[in-house]
Amino acid sequence: MFVRGLKRKCFDGEEDIEGTLAGIKAIPSYNLQRQSLLDMSLVKLQLCHMLVEPNLCRSVLIANTVRQIQEEMTQDGTWQMINTQSTGQASLDRLVSTDILCRSSRDHQAEEKHGPAYGTFNKDFESDQAQDNSETMSTASAVQPPRNLQSNVWEMESPQENKGNFQKSLDQIFETLENKSPNTVEDLFSEVDSSYYDLDTMLTGMMSNTKMGHCDSLETFSSPTNTASNSNCKSDLNDLDHIVEILVES
Amino acid sequence: ADIISTVEFNYTGDLLATGDKGGRVVIFQREQETKSRPLSRGEYNVYSTFQSHEPEFDYLKSLEIEEKINKIRWLPQQNAAHFLLSTNDKTIKLWKISERDKRAEGYNLKDEDGRLREPCRVTELRVPTLKPMDLMVEASPRRTFANAHTYHINSISVNSDYATYLSADDLRINLWHLEVTNRSFNIVDIKPANMEELTEVITAAEFHPHHCNVFVYSSSKGTIRLCDMRSSALCDQHSKFFEEPEDPSSRSFFSEIISSISDVKFSHSGRYMMTRDYLSVKVWDLNMENRPVETYQVHEYLRSKLCSLYENDCIFDKFECCWNGSDSTIMTGSYNNFFRTFERSTLRDTTLEASRESSKPRAILKPRKVCTTGKRKKDEITVDSLDFNKKILHTAWHPAENIIAVAATNNLYLFQEKVN
Repeated sequence: MFVRGLKRKCFDGEEDIEGTLAGIKAIPSYNLQRQSLLDMSLVKLQLCHMLVEPNLCRSVLIANTVRQIQEEMTQDGTWQMINTQSTGQASLDRLVSTDILCRSSRDHQAEEKHGPAYGTFNKDFESDQAQDNSETMSTASAVQPPRNLQSNVWEMESPQENKGNFQKSLDQIFETLENKSPNTVEDLFSEVDSSYYDLDTMLTGMMSNTKMGHCDSLETFSSPTNTASNSNCKSDLNDLDHIVEILVES
Repeated sequence: ADIISTVEFNYTGDLLATGDKGGRVVIFQREQETKSRPLSRGEYNVYSTFQSHEPEFDYLKSLEIEEKINKIRWLPQQNAAHFLLSTNDKTIKLWKISERDKRAEGYNLKDEDGRLREPCRVTELRVPTLKPMDLMVEASPRRTFANAHTYHINSISVNSDYATYLSADDLRINLWHLEVTNRSFNIVDIKPANMEELTEVITAAEFHPHHCNVFVYSSSKGTIRLCDMRSSALCDQHSKFFEEPEDPSSRSFFSEIISSISDVKFSHSGRYMMTRDYLSVKVWDLNMENRPVETYQVHEYLRSKLCSLYENDCIFDKFECCWNGSDSTIMTGSYNNFFRTFERSTLRDTTLEASRESSKPRAILKPRKVCTTGKRKKDEITVDSLDFNKKILHTAWHPAENIIAVAATNNLYLFQEKVN
């Protein structure tokens, strides 16, 4: 039934949840599944940028899905849970201000340059990024790329802008992966990081073969070192191999 | 043969046009019933083939423009020739298809082979005569409507005034006059000032079959807006807004994606319209905006597989739907080369398969069934064994008779009701 080789780790069917025992396991499982859905969506958004001309409807739908997931993750405190785990004593102050900013960010939406959809996150990241490189920032900035990605996907009218924005957003994604600490957020990001690294390797390898002008900016990237590896990366690799094959053939 | 991307009967049903991914249009004509070949009635044979669109390159964006034909719409016949509109992502073309079965002979100024004769050698004048020749069907482009769409054209619709038509892309709808190619009027524009705020796109649009001032357009959020061109020049304000309230119990991350409408079609009567979203077909009464009057589940068994279908991109497949001539039955496609028909009054639904193995010429199609429970009966197919690469996105129903055209990837199937 499955066309691609990606490991199936989704919400499919009720067979995952059988009885109370599994019900206890279901809660972290839901978070993992949600996270993997988020990662899958981000990869899709990235990949559709590689095509001839991105299908706007598909991009909008995927971006909306990403936004929904992130909104839900904010609501049930998963984002703040990450912050609590990964930051030490010193950043408690920042944690408090993050919380306040989340609540009042809707008032600030009009001032924001970027889309209101990510309004709840904007202030956090801009203030965080101004400070030292920390683990909070790494998780925070993971959310920011989609917003910029979204702008890249829509703006088909100025390829020059595209180049700049695209480079910036990919910069951020790969920067995230380099800065990320492997311990506390590993559980949530473990399914994604290898595939991103692999994607990067694929991209830099692919660039000589594609004829897309706006992809030239990717050649400036160097592949980050692969710090973490897990069993999921093999299937992701195969999947990306398949994609690369198609692009090379065309 | 290339992947078929659109199928459309003309107003009488005598002609059936298909467009494919390679930019070609193939027109089939129905054979007339003759005494010598009594069984041939109802058969469609190739009438004309032509290259409608070629691949282009947009130098400004460094992007290729696909030649794939997204939609074909016939114009009502007004003389001996046939006219149709065909469109790819960016350009709409009006094609004239005409027959030539006579040839003029006996010209004064040129020889039979076409070479010009020297005037001094012309000693007598004669009137050219018409002689019969083998039927030749010619397709010639009469109008090219270009450079009006920044985004990909998803729909075209001929107005009931037979003089204008609309073309819709992801964010805008333009109104054209068939005679004018250098100008079009923008009647809907949903592009936000800041593209980063974009959350909804136009997915389909159609003119009302009788009221030339009314059209509808559907969106990726599962809404339909009906607009009246008399109210204002720019129809950003809708006259009617159709949306079914969401069922909170079935909400998931995929709710929005599966609610995205892939096709909207008015009934022939003009009283209803039908919308197709990923899992269902809905019939709406134009007088009731808050919910559809009928809902038909096309393949509800896929609801538990949405994540996988999202993964392999099948969730973004755009299925079309169509009415039969009397609006009593509706039809739409599914996976595994299955297509479904729903009889509205009896609520009877049928699943049929368009494939070589399951249908011999002139054999009656056997209804198929997808097994949704654990126990699989004989002849049933389990959900996991469905082939998701075999999708039927395009179907068409003859305007008067029970003849249907079903496009299965690169094959076209024609089925008709068995006549005793």
